[in-house]
Amino acid sequence: MMTLDFEKPLVEIEEKIKELRKISSESGMDLNKEIETFEQQANDYKKELYSNLKPFQKLQIARHQERPNFLNYTRLICEDFMELHGDRTGTDDRAIIGGLAKIGGKTVMLIGTQKGKSTKENLEYNFGMPQPQGYRKALRLFKHAEKFNMPIVTLIDTPGAYPGISAEETGQGGAIAVNLREMAKLKVPVVAIITGEGCSGGALGLAVANKVLMLEHAYYTVISPEGCASILWRDAARYPEAAEALKITADDLVELGVIDGAIKEPIGGAHTCYSEMSQNMKDAILNSLDEFEGMSADELRNQRYDKFRAMGQFIGL
Amino acid sequence: MTIQEWFDKRKAAQIQRRQMENRMDSEDFAADLWTKCVHCEAQITKKELEENMMVCPMCDYHFRINARERIQQLFDKDSFEELFSEIKPTDPLNFVDTVAYSERLEKAHAKTGMDEAVITGIGMIEGHKVAVAVMDFDFMGGSMGSVVGEKVTRIMEEAIKRRLPVLAITSSGGARMQESALSLMQMAKTSCAVSRLDEAGLLYINLLTEPTFGGITASFGMLGDIIIAEQGARIGFAGRRVIEQTIRQKLPADFQTAEYLLKYGQVDMVSKRSDLRKTLSSILDMHGV
Repeated sequence: MMTLDFEKPLVEIEEKIKELRKISSESGMDLNKEIETFEQQANDYKKELYSNLKPFQKLQIARHQERPNFLNYTRLICEDFMELHGDRTGTDDRAIIGGLAKIGGKTVMLIGTQKGKSTKENLEYNFGMPQPQGYRKALRLFKHAEKFNMPIVTLIDTPGAYPGISAEETGQGGAIAVNLREMAKLKVPVVAIITGEGCSGGALGLAVANKVLMLEHAYYTVISPEGCASILWRDAARYPEAAEALKITADDLVELGVIDGAIKEPIGGAHTCYSEMSQNMKDAILNSLDEFEGMSADELRNQRYDKFRAMGQFIGL
Repeated sequence: MTIQEWFDKRKAAQIQRRQMENRMDSEDFAADLWTKCVHCEAQITKKELEENMMVCPMCDYHFRINARERIQQLFDKDSFEELFSEIKPTDPLNFVDTVAYSERLEKAHAKTGMDEAVITGIGMIEGHKVAVAVMDFDFMGGSMGSVVGEKVTRIMEEAIKRRLPVLAITSSGGARMQESALSLMQMAKTSCAVSRLDEAGLLYINLLTEPTFGGITASFGMLGDIIIAEQGARIGFAGRRVIEQTIRQKLPADFQTAEYLLKYGQVDMVSKRSDLRKTLSSILDMHGV
C-alpha cells in the first residue's frame, strides 16, 4: 500500500515489529514482551497521528489512490445496486454514476462521482471530473427518484467539474446551476456525503441536500488549495498554507455551518479498512434517512431552503 | 457578428486610427482628454467614449463598466432606489494570504467607494419596474462572498414580495476564495432563491457582461428565463488558462466570448450596449411586466 510522508515513522515501528517476529520464530526466542511494547507504541502513535492531522495531510488521505470509490461503496453498502445510464441527449458521462439501490431494505436513488484506481480506470472515469452531461444525467435520476418517492443519496469525490472545450460549449456552468436550483425543489429527502475531494461547484452540483455529511478526512472547498495558492500566493507549492487558510476540514465546516457532521473513518483513513468505513457510512445514511421519515414534501423543501438560506456571515440585519 | 465581420470592422478601425493619429499630430493634444482604445488602439477623447456608453466609436469594442455606470445607462433617470446597502462584509475565516482579507476589503472600498461587489435595488427601464442586482468587477474582481450572495438572495425575495421581475447583471471572476466554503454556499443559496422565483412565476433575466465566470455562471448567472450576453463579453465556467493547462491545447481566439456562447446555444441573444435598454424593455413588455 502507498505510504504517505507523514506515516513514515509509523511504518518504521511496524517494520521493527515484523523483524522481531521473524527473529522470534527463527530462533525460538520469546520476544512477546518486546513485540507487545512496540505494538502498543505503534497504536498510540497511530491514534495520536490521525487525530491531529494538518489540513494538507488530510488532503493526501482524501486523495489516496486506494481510497474507496463510488463503485466500491455500492458493493459494500448496498444489498443491491442497478446502474441507470445516460442523460438521454446523447451521452453517458462515466464520471457520475447513479442507479437504484437497496440500503438496509430501503430503495434509494444512489448517485456519485466515480474515480479510478489505475490509469486505465481514471481515463474511463475522467479522474472523477464530470462533464455537463454528467450533471444532467444526475438531474434525470433526481427527477426519477422524486416521481417514485425515493430518497436520494449522493456520494461526492471530485477534484472539480472538468475544465475543457466541449464542457464549456455544452454549458458546464449552466448544468451545475440548474442542478442547484432543481435540487432545491425536490420533494424527497436528499442526503449528500463528501467522501474524498469536495472541490468547488463540481461537488456542490450534487450537494444541495437536506443533510450534508463528510467523511472524517475528506475536504470541501471553493477552490483546490493548489489553485488558491497559485492565485493568491502566486506559488502552487504553498498549498499547505492555502489548505490551512481555506478551512477545508469537516470540523471547520461544521463550525461554519456548512455541513451537518462528520462520519468516522478507520484509524489510518478509509483506505485501511473498507468494511469498517462502509459500515460507518451505511449507519450514517440510514440514520439520516430516518430523520426525514414522515416529513411532507413542503417540509423537506423548506428545511433544505432554510438551511442554505442561513449560510454566510456578514454585518447588518 | 461573424468572424469575417469582426475582422472587417477591425481593419476599418485601423484605417480610421491612422487618420486619427495624423489628426492628432496637427492638433493641440492634452493627454488627460484623450485615451486609447485597448482593442484597436485608436486615440479617442474620453468625452467621446463616455458619450458613446464606453464603447469605442472606431471598432465597437465594449469597455468594461462599473455598476454605477451600468445603472446610469440602463435605468430611467433617477428611478433607481438602492436596497440592502446596510449589508457589509466581514472576515469570517480570518483569512490571510500575502495580504489580509480585511485589508483587501478596505482597499477595494477605497478604490471603488463601494462596500461590496454588488448593488441591489429597484429601478425602471422605459417605465417597467424591475428588481435588480448589478455586480461590479472593480470590487475584488466582482467575486461573490457572503454579502453578494445575501444581497442577491434578498433582492429576489423582495421581488417575490412585490411581484416584480428580476434582472441580474453579472460581472465577476467567480466565488471569493477568502470566504472559501461560505462563498461556495452562496452559489447554492442564490440558486435556491431562483427556485422560488420559478415557483412564484416571476420573470428572471440575466445580463452577462465582461467578464462572467466560475461560481457565477454555475449559479444565479445562468439560471435566467432569458439570458442576454453583452457584445464581446467573456463568459465561462473555467478560466482560459486553467483549460489550456488541463488539455494542453491552444484555444480558439473567440473561445468563451458572448458570440461563441450564442453559437453553442448557451445564451438567448447577444446585445450591443446601445441596444440593451430597448432589448430589456421589449422583453419586459412581451412578458406583460
